[in-house]
Order: sequence, then structure tokens, then C-alpha cells
Amino acid sequence: MRIDLEARGRPSVLMIWLSPVIAIVITLFVGGIMFSFMGLEPLNALYVYFVQPLTNAYQLQELVVKATPLILIGVGLSVCFLSNNWNIGAEGQFVMGGIAGSWVALTFHGMEGFWILPLMMIAGALGGLLWALLPAFFKARFNANEILTSLMLTYVALQILDYLVRGPLRDPDGFNFPESKLFSPSATMPLLTDGGRMHLGAVFAVISAIAIAILLWRTIKGFEVKVSGEAPRAARFAGFSEKGMVYFSLLLSGALAGLAGISEVAGPIGQLLPVISPGYGFTAIIVAFLGRLNPIGVIFAGLLLALTYIGGENAQILLQVPGDATGVFQGILLFFILACDTLIKYRVKITGFGGKPVAEGES
Amino acid sequence: MTRYVKYIAAAFLAIMLGAATAAEDPTRVAFVYVGPISDHGWTYQHDQGRLAVEAALGDDVVTTFVENVSEGPDAERVIRQLAATGQDVIFTTSFGFMNPTVKVSEQFPDVTFGHATGYKRTDNLTTFSSRFYEGRYVLGQIAGRMSESGIVGYVASFPIPEVVRGINAFMLGMQSINPDAQIKVVWVSSWFDPGKEGDAAKAMIDQGADVITQHTDSPAPLRVAEERGVYAFGQASDMIAYAPNAQLTAIIDDWSGYYVSQIEAVRAGTWESSDIWGGFNTGMVAMAPYTNMPDDVAAMAQATVDKISSGELHPFQGPLYNQEGELVVAEGETLDDGTLAGMNWYVKGIEDTLPSSN
Repeated sequence: MRIDLEARGRPSVLMIWLSPVIAIVITLFVGGIMFSFMGLEPLNALYVYFVQPLTNAYQLQELVVKATPLILIGVGLSVCFLSNNWNIGAEGQFVMGGIAGSWVALTFHGMEGFWILPLMMIAGALGGLLWALLPAFFKARFNANEILTSLMLTYVALQILDYLVRGPLRDPDGFNFPESKLFSPSATMPLLTDGGRMHLGAVFAVISAIAIAILLWRTIKGFEVKVSGEAPRAARFAGFSEKGMVYFSLLLSGALAGLAGISEVAGPIGQLLPVISPGYGFTAIIVAFLGRLNPIGVIFAGLLLALTYIGGENAQILLQVPGDATGVFQGILLFFILACDTLIKYRVKITGFGGKPVAEGES
Repeated sequence: MTRYVKYIAAAFLAIMLGAATAAEDPTRVAFVYVGPISDHGWTYQHDQGRLAVEAALGDDVVTTFVENVSEGPDAERVIRQLAATGQDVIFTTSFGFMNPTVKVSEQFPDVTFGHATGYKRTDNLTTFSSRFYEGRYVLGQIAGRMSESGIVGYVASFPIPEVVRGINAFMLGMQSINPDAQIKVVWVSSWFDPGKEGDAAKAMIDQGADVITQHTDSPAPLRVAEERGVYAFGQASDMIAYAPNAQLTAIIDDWSGYYVSQIEAVRAGTWESSDIWGGFNTGMVAMAPYTNMPDDVAAMAQATVDKISSGELHPFQGPLYNQEGELVVAEGETLDDGTLAGMNWYVKGIEDTLPSSN
């Protein structure tokens, strides 16, 4: 017996948009089964996990705080992935953005001025952009696989951060502990509400999503991005530069990841620490796909992923569900999205009952 | 008029009843952990403390915990969420939770906070840590007796004062037995990374180390020592199950007494913010059974524990020299707690250089 996937002629547009919805429903269903195996009331557990955080103003803000970096990075990655460039190193670009912006903050520490924060944002975006320039250059010049180079550079960035926080950028009054000084008020993101933690970064996230949406749907450049991804040969015939697109997409996503990095460091963290991201750069990959590589979709996907984190904490506090449940939910969700996408684009064909085995390599 | 008096009386009664029921309410205690409770090290021991609180206070407490909380913005949200959902006491058990704990403690003045290993306190935030270095001095003495090559391999996490202090204390203990003893240090830049920790142990055994000790949380170095037939020490909890023939002893962090006394103080209304730094004498640091060593070595180790406990011996007592050979503590004096808390230099005889010294 042999199972084949056969491409459907024209996948239904409706189904492509329904795919994440179906995946979410199946994930909730499987999650409910998981909870009942753990001896919990499944509906109550799902309520605590996915609904309760939405019923409280503070937690709603926290949802936005958590989603902000995911959306900023996810929007950039969407452009990258649409153009068939695979930037897996957003985590490193996030970190380098955080470092570059913090360097500005610490250089002008104790000074006041409206210009400090914008300068930090520019430095952060540049930091991420330069870190993405390396894989872009290696790909354009030497045809090196950007998946590998960008991923490996992530670990380099983490080591640089580690070195700086323990060395040159360490707080001299901090008992030798590995952290920088707390940023001065002029170097901290303005908060959008009193008493919450929602900060200016959320505005950046929404603006960048809208800007990229306009870029993709209303400009020639956006057309070029999509054509380069879907039909590279057609793009070449149209005279679009393949290398130009490598640089454009990687640098854009790097800059947005860097902006996310400095927004996070100057926002909820408030200082440079040895670890500034619980893996936002990687989670944003799920966000980009869940949002259908569509900037507006990414906003919703970012909020949903943020909900899995915050609900996971809520479930730990109220129901003693282990912390690993969060990872399990994210994994199940990604699995079902990919499964739904596959089944929407391909139909399963079972062939060759009792027939002779098909030769290797033919598929 | 009578009506007015009635109102007053009713209000007074209501307040009294309210206070009475409040006193009968269980105290809600929450713990925020940096690792999984199954790490068999740092977080595991704190969770043992939580269970001890439940056992000691029974129906008077309700405990909960959040594990695997990353040090950063997530920590602040978790701590705040715990405070907002009616927890009375919140313990945060990793250095990186310091600033988030401070922030939340200011927003919730009625909640009592405890932060392990930090140095910032507020009116409702207390700090606590333990003098692990006392145990490390004892380990050093045991290593001095048990090592034939005179070389000890030290798997270290991060060059923060707590770890540097441990290396120094170990070295001083070992030098008190064998003045020529050497320490090799490998920094693995993680608290919990079994792969790296094991590799570091292997590399140092290859370079002649015949005793391995660690300031990281996984049992991997002990397993390597067991395989390679050298000695090792357990970390944070008794790890004898992982290395029945290799573990000499282990430093055990016992937080039970501290947590129970803090909750009792909160319930009695006598709690106040302070900086507790407990050693052998408070039971916060204890040694696992002495195994795989001759009786006289075990007796020596126990004698040292007793001396440190009674205050007769201080691991950092003069004359004490730094790596450059300068006298840091004169004869008859001991290093003060402030210097110990920010220790960022090695004592004489350690050949490693601190990664972050600048």
C-alpha cells in the first residue's frame, strides 16, 4: 500500500483562510482531551486557559505586551517567507537590535532629551538590519543557505549579548551581577495606559503591519515580493533582481526584528539582561504562518500565540497545570495548521494495494 | 440617636467578624520557579520547601507555584498575576526575578514578598540566601584528602559573586589540606545544561582531574564521574542515586525551615523585611551522608561542619591573599558579608581568570 499526496488543481481560497480556524478548533478539542486525562474538567480548564485572560483589563494589556514583539517580527518574516527567503535567525536580529539600542541608552545614561528614545529605536532597527545583512550577503554572493547562516548567527548574537552584559555594559553598582543599569526615564518606552505595561511598541506593531500590508498589496515592490516567491522564473523574465530581493526581504525583516528587540528591552524589561527573549524570534515563525503570511493576519496570530503563553501561566496558577502545557499547545497548533494546509492543497490518494513497490526516488 | 448607635454597633460587629474570618482564612502562598520542579537541583529543593510549608501548616495554608518562568518581562507578569489573584505571600526563587519582584512589591503593599539571592529590599520584600560557601569549604577539604593528582575539576555556571565565592571557598578548604592543590574551572554559561556540564567534566578528567565538583544543577557531571571512576560532589540536593560509587557527599539547600518560619511570622503579624543569609547553623545548608570515603575523612568533614556552625571557623579568615598575592584579610580577621556578597576576585592559587573581569 502506498499513500500519495496529489496536488489539487486549485485550492479553495475560502479553505486557505479557514485552515487556521479549523486547526484552532481541533487544537482546542485535543487540548480538552489532554486536560481530561490530567484529571481536570476539560471545559473549565479550556476556559481558564483561553477565555479568562480576556476577561480582565490588565491581562488584556499583557496580551498586547506579549504579542507586540511577535507581531513586529512576524510581519517582517511574512515578507521574507513570501519572497522565498527563509530567515530563521530573527531571534539573533532581535537580540542585536536590543544590544544596539541599549548601547545608545547606556551611552546617554542619566541625560534627558526627547531625542534619546528615537535614536535608540533607529539604532535597534539598524542593529537587526546589520545582523540580517550577513546571511543576505552570504546568500547573494556565495549562494550560502540562509536558513543555516541566519540560524547560526542567532547563537553568535546570544554570546555577544552574554559577553556585553557580563563585561562592558555591566552595571558598575550591581555587585558584579550580569545586568546593565536600569534605563533612565528618557530611554524607556512611554506607556499607553496608567498602571499597565502596554507601551509604544504596540503602536509600532500595528503601524508596521499596516505599512507592510500596503507594500504587499498596493505597490510594485509588493508584487515583486510575491512573484519572486511564487514564480522565480517569471520574476527573472520580468527583470526583477533576485539578489536585490534577497537583500530587501532579509534586511526588512532584520530591521523589524531589531526594532522589536529594542522595544522589548526599553519597554517591559527596562535594562539589558543576559536573556532578553524567551524565543520570540522562533515563535514568530509560527505567528507568520498562522497569519497566512498576511500582515493583518499576523496581528491576530500574534495575539493568539500570546494567549497561549498567558493562558498557560494562568492555568499553572489556578489549576496546577504543568508549564509544559504551553509548549504542547503551541506544538499541537502548528501541527494541525500544517496538516490542514497540506490537506487543502493536496488530496490523499491511497494506491497500489498489493501492487509492486514503486521504485525509490519516484514520488 | 439609638438608631445611630445601632449602626455603629453593627458596623463595628461587621468589622470584628470580618477580621475574625480573615484570621481563619488560610494564608495563600505562591512560589515562582526559574526551572522545572523536576530538575533534581535548585528548583526541586525550593519545591521541597513548599511541600514542607504545606506539611507544617496544613489547612492554614494553600500553596501554588509557577515553574519555568523566564527571567525578564514574563516574570513581572507572573508575579503580578499572583499578587492580583489574592496570594498573601509570594516567593521568587531566582536572582533574575529581582527587579520584577521589586516593581510588583511596590504595587501591592499588602502582599508579602520574598526573593532568593538578590540584594534589593522594600518594606514588604525580604531577601534570603544561604551560605553555600560554608559547604564548599568542606567539599574542598574532602577533595584535598581524596584527590591523588591534586587536581580538581570545577564545572561552573556564571561568574557572579555567588559562584566565585564558592570556587574560592572550595580552594581555601582544599589548600588547608594540600597547599599545592589545583583547580581547573570550565564555565558552561548555563545553570542547567546536562550536555555541556557532562562534556566539561570529561574534558577536565582527561586533563588529570580526579575529583569533580560543580556549581550547575544537573546530575550530568556526577554520571560522568561515575562512568570514569573518579569522585564527585552532588549539587543542591542529594544526588547519590546518579553516582552511587562516585558521590562523596553533596551540599543540600534546605529551605523548609526558612519558608515555614516566614509563613508563621506572616500569620502571627510579626513578619518584617530583612536579609537572611543562613548557613550550617540555621540548617539552610546541610551535607548529604558522607559516602565512598574512609571514616577519618568523614570525621574530619563533620568536625569542620561543626566548627563552622559554632563560629569557631570561618572559611574566609585571614591571612587571605588574592590571586596577585596581595593580603586581603589580615590574620585574625574574617571577610565581611558586604565583600562576600560582591566577590569578584579569586584567592591565591587559582589559575583561572574570571571571564568578566575588566
